Amino acid sequence: MSAAEEVEVVTEGQAVEAVPKRAMTLGYGTSLVVLAALVLIPLFVKNFIIFQMTMLLIYGLAVLALNILTGGSGQFSLGQSAFYAVGAYTSAILMEHAGMNYALTLPIAGIVCFGFGFLFGQPALRLSGVYLALATFALATAMPQLLKLGYFEHWTGGVQGLVVTKPDAPFGLPLSQDMWLYYFTLVVTIAIYVASVNLLRSRSGRAFMAIRDNEIAASAMGVDVALYKTLAFGVSAGITGVAGGLGAIAVQFVAPDGYTIQLAISLFLGMVVGGVGWLPGSIVGSAFIIFVPNIAEGISKGLSGAVFGVLLFLVIFLVPHGARQVAIVAQQLAAKLKKN
Amino acid sequence: MTQAQLAQGNDPLLAVRDVSVVFGGIIALNGVSFDMRHGQILGLIGPNGAGKTTLFNCLSRLYQPSSGDILMEGKSILSRPPHRIAEIGIGRTFQNVALFPNLSVIDNVRVGAHARTSSDIVSDSLRLAWVRRGESDMNKKVHDILGYLDLEDVAHTVVSGLPFGTQKRVELARALAADPKILLLDEPAGGLNHEEVYVLGDLIRKIRDDRKITVLLVEHHMGLVMSIADHVVALNFGRKLAEGTPAQVQADPDVIKAYLGSKDQ
Repeated sequence: MSAAEEVEVVTEGQAVEAVPKRAMTLGYGTSLVVLAALVLIPLFVKNFIIFQMTMLLIYGLAVLALNILTGGSGQFSLGQSAFYAVGAYTSAILMEHAGMNYALTLPIAGIVCFGFGFLFGQPALRLSGVYLALATFALATAMPQLLKLGYFEHWTGGVQGLVVTKPDAPFGLPLSQDMWLYYFTLVVTIAIYVASVNLLRSRSGRAFMAIRDNEIAASAMGVDVALYKTLAFGVSAGITGVAGGLGAIAVQFVAPDGYTIQLAISLFLGMVVGGVGWLPGSIVGSAFIIFVPNIAEGISKGLSGAVFGVLLFLVIFLVPHGARQVAIVAQQLAAKLKKN
Repeated sequence: MTQAQLAQGNDPLLAVRDVSVVFGGIIALNGVSFDMRHGQILGLIGPNGAGKTTLFNCLSRLYQPSSGDILMEGKSILSRPPHRIAEIGIGRTFQNVALFPNLSVIDNVRVGAHARTSSDIVSDSLRLAWVRRGESDMNKKVHDILGYLDLEDVAHTVVSGLPFGTQKRVELARALAADPKILLLDEPAGGLNHEEVYVLGDLIRKIRDDRKITVLLVEHHMGLVMSIADHVVALNFGRKLAEGTPAQVQADPDVIKAYLGSKDQ
């Protein structure tokens, strides 16, 4: 699509301003470059970096999930850490208590979280905007404590959490555990990304966006607003749950304090930095929440929080629409260069 | 007219039966009844506060009448929630245009077809063959409508940037995508200039003639109503004041009094 068409969208500084669906994805060329980078880079770096790249994909998935909810259906959530936690614990418990294969635990984590999100979406239907954000905030605050409850301790390991065994590469492939897990995560991520793009481009996705833009008009067109709002919550929670499950396998450990409101806020931050409603931005947002705190620490150990704040402020100030805005400017520059 | 058309003509497509709406102590509508025949353009007029919008909202199921009934092809619509109105063939536009501002023109119209298509999130995510077939059938229809309303050029433009008149056409296109039997138009002339109003009038008549769609026109603009309506219902203070052809209603002393006042008031 032409750059001019996209520019029309990014004009005014609304908080949740949306993207027509063609602008929701990358072009083929750019997609291939990103994909090649994601496939090739791990071959040349140390295991720790591979681990970080795995986490990049996992948080990318969680940001993508929030993007579907907020960018797609227009609902806010500060409770994504709760869904992430449920996914992580589902995988961990199934692996450690039931001895299930790690790959099989992921769809189960996704389905459990879909159900959880769908149910949570029911009362949330009565809320919108900041009130919905507060309700989800309450969910995020409650979750670590629920996980610590003595009643569930036999399964969850209580405050101690659970240790998860890292899987080896199958079929005797000559890959390190980190490398194998990275490629496994990459395949899952790509599959979910493609499915999400399909979803947002479909009749259901249009229903989400119609609700985001005008509920009464959507309903007059036959869109069951309550159903699609809860479905959006379910889908978002389901994807977050898969990310949580992958996260549990990658860090080999689940504990209540790993899934606090801090995580939910980080994911929210990632979504804004990546560009609300722009799915490819999810990976950029994920990179921001993983790497920028480290960069901040590199600049000043004692004031890392303040440095992070300044960096975040700069991003919001300079590119309020996040990575999407950068992508659009880059596209315009490329178009100009082609002309000359 | 053939026998079949005559028979159809005798059975109202939509019947408003003794509808009353009470808000707190205020009677917004008081026992209003009228019929809409197949292929009719019915103008609903009345001064501000007459109850036009209240009636409109009852038809689109945003308000529940306190008493009375509304029948579509002989069946009551009052037990239907607002989102199950499109599927029985009632489409609408909004007073000040209620499009999906961040979506392109074509996506707005595609949402209009929601009630006439089906899917589920799993099949949609996997883009299964039947989903793709459904989308391509729908796209054909959507492009037909865009062509019909001369919107092909702006199909991929985001609607929020379009001129108001164009947005109104997009709204009509969106309503047509649901294959309505009856189209409820809420003050379509609002915000349009003199010339645009008459272009719109021709368009409404054309839609009725080409697509055999019955139109309920709630309108302030007398000129528009009188020039295109076959039948006019005048409301005042929640009651039906007069009903008949445009000429009859225009000549009705009660209607003249309601609009202009009279000596003995």
